[in-house]
Amino acid sequence: MTKAIITVVGRDTVGIIARVCTHLADSHINILDISQTIVQGYFNMMMIVDMSQCTNDFGTVSDELRLLGEEIGVQVKCQLEDIFDKMHRI
Amino acid sequence: MINITEVFETNKMIEHENLDVRTITMGISLLDCASDSLDATCDAIRQKIIRYASRLVSVGDEISREFAIPIVNKRISITPISLVGAHCCNTPDDYVRIALTLDEVAHQIGVNFIGGYSAIVSKGMSRSDELLIRSIPQAMAQTQRICSSVNVGSTKTGINMDAVRLMGDIIKQTAHLTRQADSIGCAKLVVLCNAPDDNPFMAGAFHGVSEADTIINVGVSGPGVVKYALEQIPNANFEQLCETIKKTAFKITRVGQLVAQEASHRLGVPFGIIDLSLAPTPAIGDSVADILHCIGVEQAGAPGTTAALALLNDQVKKGGVMASSYVGGLSGAFIPVSEDQGMIAAVEAGALTIEKLEAMTCVCSVGLDMIAIPGTTPATTIAGIIADEAAIGMVNQKTTAVRIIPVEGKEVGDRVEFGGLLGYAPIMPVNTFDCQRFVDRTGRIPAPIHSFKN
Repeated sequence: MTKAIITVVGRDTVGIIARVCTHLADSHINILDISQTIVQGYFNMMMIVDMSQCTNDFGTVSDELRLLGEEIGVQVKCQLEDIFDKMHRI
Repeated sequence: MINITEVFETNKMIEHENLDVRTITMGISLLDCASDSLDATCDAIRQKIIRYASRLVSVGDEISREFAIPIVNKRISITPISLVGAHCCNTPDDYVRIALTLDEVAHQIGVNFIGGYSAIVSKGMSRSDELLIRSIPQAMAQTQRICSSVNVGSTKTGINMDAVRLMGDIIKQTAHLTRQADSIGCAKLVVLCNAPDDNPFMAGAFHGVSEADTIINVGVSGPGVVKYALEQIPNANFEQLCETIKKTAFKITRVGQLVAQEASHRLGVPFGIIDLSLAPTPAIGDSVADILHCIGVEQAGAPGTTAALALLNDQVKKGGVMASSYVGGLSGAFIPVSEDQGMIAAVEAGALTIEKLEAMTCVCSVGLDMIAIPGTTPATTIAGIIADEAAIGMVNQKTTAVRIIPVEGKEVGDRVEFGGLLGYAPIMPVNTFDCQRFVDRTGRIPAPIHSFKN
């Protein structure tokens, strides 16, 4: 399983989760977990996803999500899970 | 499973606190490139570096993109060239041809620097060592991406004062030949004592003869992250202070370890070491001096600075050692002046002098680094400064170094711009009392008594 973390940060608006999730579904990326909070009107979301069924390479997925974020007006980042795992787990 | 707080903590470090991996450095042995013919040696060097490192930059960029962690530099360290050119170089100009070849290769494969235009002369100089050293000013003037280092002493051998004296002249000549660019050649030339074989940081990187054929070493950074963590606990006691630095260093180093393993795996080159260093940049907030300020001194250089730095350096190592399977290189806090906004401010405020920096080098990694001094400083005074630093390294069994820039045409009160990561620096005053009679003595300073551990 290729696990990645997708983070979405920006001003809250209607349909952020819907648009990101639709895009992931179209790319055959399976969502394993979602956490989301609103802090002072700012939308913060983290998704753990499985990319093993995804046919595009990681760089393409990452670029597409970034562009989608720009369309919605939020920042979307996609990173391999290892960086968080290594930093926060012994 | 990873939670949202941890994810945003990591990304905040990257986006707002200047967390980055400072360098992936591939060490390449060039011992098998040596031959009797200069042309054949240059060809073999070119081919070997391209064979192993042509993908270094693209793989570095790929890792950077997948983990969203900046990897600032991709570099190469090579076998000290005095050894590689020993068969085929009969004049300093022959060595300069090797430097030009290396510079071409560096441009071709897109690495920032190749380090290892070096000689290890801690006890004595061979003919080839001396030829290489005498070629350094021309090599630095005619190339852009080559770094040079000379190891003039060690705890085991003492200090080679003939080499120290020669390096005083070489630094002056390098400053002169690169005077059109504020003597920038000296920013790529460092004189070391107890130089490590596996240092990934420039200008002192070289691939020592004790190393494997190729290796990946990674230098981490992160002064901004430590600074931010300390800003959250302004009144903590020393125990809490140290714990915070240690935990932060652990997190920073783990990122370096991950990047090193990935680079090693993707390039098919063994992983060597992580260098646990707090390496500042001229960016605001990415400063070791600012950490010292957070610990409690008004400016770097105030009384208490050396103790604060000792504490910082030790905790960085304690946190970092557990985060990585192999630690090496220089490992500690760097205190370059021109590359650290807080250090520059401290010098401009009159808080920080060369003498205080010398004291600070006793307790942290490396030494007098990126210090601009008046161009009129005599070669013997520079040699005296080198000898002092080498003595600190020799006696304390640690690496020390001098990377000092006597900027031709500039005096105290002037300022010099190097650009990029090298930053800018005010010209610092140097003690003007003479040391020529000391420096002019020939031979070497014997190894200290505590080096005899057999």
